[in-house]
Amino acid sequence: MTQTIVIAEMTTNGVHSSTAELITAAMTFGGEPTLIVPCTDASLADSAVGMGAGSIIAAKSDVFANYDASGWAAAIDSVAPVGTVITSASPQSKDLAARLAAKRNISVVQDAVKIQNNTVTSPVYSGKAMQSVSINGPTVISVRSNIFPAATGGASSASVLDTTGKIETSVQEFMARASQRLDVSEANIIISGGRGMGSPDNFSHLEAIADTIGAAVGASRAAVDTWEPIPHSMQVGQTGKTVNPNLYIAVGISGAIQHLAGMRSSKYIVAINKDADAPIFQHADYGIVATWEEALPVLHDSLKAMMG
Amino acid sequence: MTTIIVLVKQVPDTNAKIAVNNGRVDLSAVKMVMSPYDEFAVETALRHREAVGGEVTALTVGGPAAEKILKDAKAIGVDHIVRIDSAEEMDSNALQTVLTKAVQDLGATVVYCGKSAADTGAGSTGPGLAERLGWASVSNIISATFSDSISAVAPGSGGNVKLSVPLPAVLSCDKGDFKVRKPNVKGIMQAKKASVEVHSIEAPASSVTLVDQSLPPAKPAGKSYQGGAAAAEVAQLLRDEANVL
Ligand SMILES: Cc1cc2nc3c(=O)[nH]c(=O)nc-3n(C[C@H](O)[C@H](O)[C@H](O)COP(=O)(O)OP(=O)(O)OC[C@H]3O[C@@H](n4cnc5c(N)ncnc54)[C@H](O)[C@@H]3O)c2cc1C
Ligand SMILES: Nc1ncnc2c1ncn2[C@@H]1O[C@H](COP(=O)(O)O)[C@@H](O)[C@H]1O
Repeated sequence: MTQTIVIAEMTTNGVHSSTAELITAAMTFGGEPTLIVPCTDASLADSAVGMGAGSIIAAKSDVFANYDASGWAAAIDSVAPVGTVITSASPQSKDLAARLAAKRNISVVQDAVKIQNNTVTSPVYSGKAMQSVSINGPTVISVRSNIFPAATGGASSASVLDTTGKIETSVQEFMARASQRLDVSEANIIISGGRGMGSPDNFSHLEAIADTIGAAVGASRAAVDTWEPIPHSMQVGQTGKTVNPNLYIAVGISGAIQHLAGMRSSKYIVAINKDADAPIFQHADYGIVATWEEALPVLHDSLKAMMG
Repeated sequence: MTTIIVLVKQVPDTNAKIAVNNGRVDLSAVKMVMSPYDEFAVETALRHREAVGGEVTALTVGGPAAEKILKDAKAIGVDHIVRIDSAEEMDSNALQTVLTKAVQDLGATVVYCGKSAADTGAGSTGPGLAERLGWASVSNIISATFSDSISAVAPGSGGNVKLSVPLPAVLSCDKGDFKVRKPNVKGIMQAKKASVEVHSIEAPASSVTLVDQSLPPAKPAGKSYQGGAAAAEVAQLLRDEANVL
């Protein structure tokens, strides 16, 4: 049996609830995972109680104030025991996973969607195929969210390990531009618009729905390339972001293979498109053949009534 | 002199349909191209050279067929093209060990690579290589300006952040908000004549081994509705059937 270590996924207020899914993933190797909580304030680790970890270590360090791959990997390496390490598959955590594996001269497997008997499955070729690999010895594995159930119970308090002072960071952040909207790579629900939205101003209809249900707004490449006000950071797809939310609502998006590459693993897909033959409908759990002008007001009203 | 290395990988054309035979992806009928993000890495490397001088080397680890993308990089304007010969599949530890040795042998001030390769989708190589070299790294940059250090823009928590990156460093490139240059006739002629430097570097044994590849499970057919009024029913189902609201 290998020792397993889980690196907590963090939000500004504490440990992200998806961390409990990572603990379930780690348990597939047997035993009770050790959870490491990277933080500047050790009390944040208390929010990991009840997520199923055998033990919780609050790794307290100033380096965790801002993300720096080398500083984070060094600080976590100094407190994590030898063993298989599980991280989230958010962009930052994948980067950390790779850096930590390299620090330990071991391999990394990204975007796991299944772990069984030391065999790890993840999507390859932009989700057009699935690949299973067998791992032999300690490995770092990043795990996609919304796949494993959340663990519960476990350790009732955290121990604190201070790593401040040992670590140097090199990359300096010198201008932060905070965007008010949730980023598609962090969202559980995404509503995306394509060229069929007609103009960038019409994205306000998507934003209104996003605000009602706590979603992020995404876009197709055609929307990003055609309209200056739609930034590339919103683009979903092969040359944009890969997302796997619980719910993806595609509005006025045809469903080109490169767009599908970024969102086909979403748990539920809703498509709104006026063309009944649009390829997106082949991937939709719920397809509505209608113009967005017709469908979005109805959708918004129903959601508002439901969210009350 | 600034010595710039850009990593390029050969992958199946992203428009290609992926077939699976006997538990392995079958690429025999598929056109191979430079991985899309690597095009942004090449462009960024060339812009770095134009800003501060120096030379750009495009580096790939792969079989002889991978020389085509090195020639493509040459046609766009890199100075040198190098292939590290490898036949077998390598896990991330083996690949990064080979790349680390190659970068040390060639000498470099900065390494650019793609955010993720279109086949693996991993995004492990840039940060992993940086750690092994003991260098700084930033992943998924979308733009950069160059002096003694690099100032790069990359996504951070809550939006894009501008970072000052000391050299040496490895930067992985996302799709930037700029156009990548295309080869011109002169470049294509030069690339034809250019010779590829081939080296071999011993790789450690892989601890991660391929078991099986398969097509993703087909999704059951969804429900289909006509007309915008159906959005009300769909909203209900999202809550009561799908449980996602
Ligand atoms: C190398 C490469 C990489 C790429 N990467 C990406 C990527 O990362 N992401 C991406 O999205 N694309 C990417 N693309 C582009 C992709 O091929 C498509 O061109 C793009 O996804 C199309 O965007 P769209 O669906 O918004 O536009 P279109 O294909 O033009 O579709 C618009 C849709 O809107 C519908 N419509 C029109 N009016 C209305 C209305 N009033 N109400 C409802 N529906 C309406 C139409 O029926 C149509 O289906 C890439 C392409 C290449 C070659
Ligand atoms: N065999 C290889 N040869 C050269 N560069 C590579 C190779 N594999 C990966 N890379 C580089 O690393 C990037 C990320 O790859 P990956 O970590 O597999 O997602 C690619 O876009 C390339 O720039």
